[in-house]
Amino acid sequence: MALIEVNALTKVFGHDPKRALGLLEQGWSKERIAKETKLTVGVNRVSFAIEPGEIFVIMGLSGSGKSTLVRLLNRLIEPTAGQVLIKGKDIVKLRAEELRRVRRETISMVFQKFALFPHRSVLANVEYGLEVQGVPRAERREKAQRTLELVGLGGVAGSRPDELSGGMQQRVGLARGLANDPDVLLMDEAFSALDPLIRKDMQDELLELQASMQKTIVFITHDLDEALRIGDRIALMKDGAVVQIGTPEEILTNPANDYVERFVEDVDLSKVLTASHVMVRAETVAMDRGPRVALQMMRERGISNLYVVDKARQLLGVVTAEAAAEAASAGRSLADIVQRELPTVAPDTLLAELFDLVGGAKVPPAVVDERGRLLGIIIRGAVLGALSGQTPPREAGDAG
Amino acid sequence: MNLPKIPIGTWIEAAEDWLKAYGGPVFGGIKTGIGSTVDGLADTFNYLPPLAMIVIFTLLAFAIGRWRIALFTLLGLLLVDNLGYWEHTMETLALVLTAAIISVVLGVPLGIAAARSNRLQALLLPVLDFMQTMPAFVYLLPAVAFFSLGVVPGVIASVIFAIPPTIRLTNLGIRQVPEDLVEAADAFGSTPMQKLVKLQLPIAVPTIMAGVNQTIMLSLSMVVIASMIGAQGVGADVYRAVTQTKTGVGFEAGLAVVILAIILDRLTQHLVKAKKKR
Repeated sequence: MALIEVNALTKVFGHDPKRALGLLEQGWSKERIAKETKLTVGVNRVSFAIEPGEIFVIMGLSGSGKSTLVRLLNRLIEPTAGQVLIKGKDIVKLRAEELRRVRRETISMVFQKFALFPHRSVLANVEYGLEVQGVPRAERREKAQRTLELVGLGGVAGSRPDELSGGMQQRVGLARGLANDPDVLLMDEAFSALDPLIRKDMQDELLELQASMQKTIVFITHDLDEALRIGDRIALMKDGAVVQIGTPEEILTNPANDYVERFVEDVDLSKVLTASHVMVRAETVAMDRGPRVALQMMRERGISNLYVVDKARQLLGVVTAEAAAEAASAGRSLADIVQRELPTVAPDTLLAELFDLVGGAKVPPAVVDERGRLLGIIIRGAVLGALSGQTPPREAGDAG
Repeated sequence: MNLPKIPIGTWIEAAEDWLKAYGGPVFGGIKTGIGSTVDGLADTFNYLPPLAMIVIFTLLAFAIGRWRIALFTLLGLLLVDNLGYWEHTMETLALVLTAAIISVVLGVPLGIAAARSNRLQALLLPVLDFMQTMPAFVYLLPAVAFFSLGVVPGVIASVIFAIPPTIRLTNLGIRQVPEDLVEAADAFGSTPMQKLVKLQLPIAVPTIMAGVNQTIMLSLSMVVIASMIGAQGVGADVYRAVTQTKTGVGFEAGLAVVILAIILDRLTQHLVKAKKKR
């Protein structure tokens, strides 16, 4: 079941905002409503569902309503209409006391400008969420310290926020959001105020943390590269409405309309697509076959290498046509001639990082998963093809 | 054009009579409370010999501020003692501190309330303007009517005249807490009280203290006026000098007021800076 389910969520700013709801139903545009009623449609009937453990990115340019949308999820801004179901409970209907409990225990938030409390130490900032819950001092100190260590800031617990760099401050913000162990983390342009290199570090760190924490993260950004890097799924917003929801590849390869297409046309694909997108099926042979069998297979398929795997498809090495021919005449076995050293990459390696490897290797690099099983290989043509915008070949997936 | 005069004065006096008739016990209680606070403070300040008190004040100034303030405190108070105004100056200090304490106790909560409600703010601001611009002498009359002559109506008149900056700057200080910090406090599920105590007040302290500083200065400016209705202290010395046209005495007593004002001003300002640094 989805952890967060948002149904027709709408926010209209202005006097007597309910007036706009009927007009939106009739298909009036945001501009027309603004012109004729002086109401501003912030978020227009947005619906989506977020699964537990997912990083859901809400992306849009400034003024698209993304920051308003994220504040509707924890009701920092009161919705005009619609539902926000978190664990099946409608946040919109909660009374003040119940809402505070949800904010304390279920949803926390990381802010664009960090919003650290300047009069409190780093540790006391991280403690804040636990403190308002009434957690005893010793316990919350310890939890806060552990969370600080998790983000690599165990040593600055006693500092003031303004003594830290921007990147460190946002780590504190992240630690403050994580300290009360929420199910949902709302991140409002959390990395946008950081300079590009630090931002990339923080993205990596978030992904690393996420791998062990499995939080459900709603991440707001205006930066497409960031969205593509960290999002499991992306919702693209325009004028308060969601234009398209999909995985990063779906958005890139199959834009729902001109707006999305314009948005994504400048993307550097080499920093988005990964080895798993461009790998092709590897021709394999078992170790107990003779060199003649290997030669025969290569001849049939018109290739010059065969990848040797065991029964569990664990990659053992590669045999080249020359070695197989030599072995066949000398009467040796495959085990004698298999070349065990060969370049391998993980399936989530970015194409940008593959260029050198593919260019310099004598045999196509193999893509292996974390258990050493062969998933596919990277050939130069497929990499270039993917970068030139052709749909990535998909045979590798079929062969799995 | 023969409109009858609007009888505002009559109305005010009717209200005064009504309050006098029915508010007796309340005013009695207030009078006792304020009177004993001022007397208690004055007795405390005059309990030890002047030199001992001067040492204590100097050390206090050194602890809060820098050595220059401490030095000024030492020399200034020695001069006051030398001129023979020590006892009266301490009485004045007691009056001013009492007025300041009452102003903070009433003004800070009012300022907080005004910061939370735009409607209350809209209601309160013109009232504060009124309180500050109405000639301060006017407050003396009803104060005397309710509390008779003495130091208590002086304190009351001082509070009315001096409390607006505390209310204004408390209101302002809380409203100036950055929106994203307030949002963060809300997002973590703070109750309004937690938000106030853990975030808004600590951040507003420098602004609130600036208000308290102004309140103290304004109540000092009331001491001469208050002496017209029987409040004791250096204010009374100044007033007497004025009525008897004794320029020298007036100047000496005025100097004591100035020294007290400078010490109080610098100390309350440094209280804020010391807090900020920590």
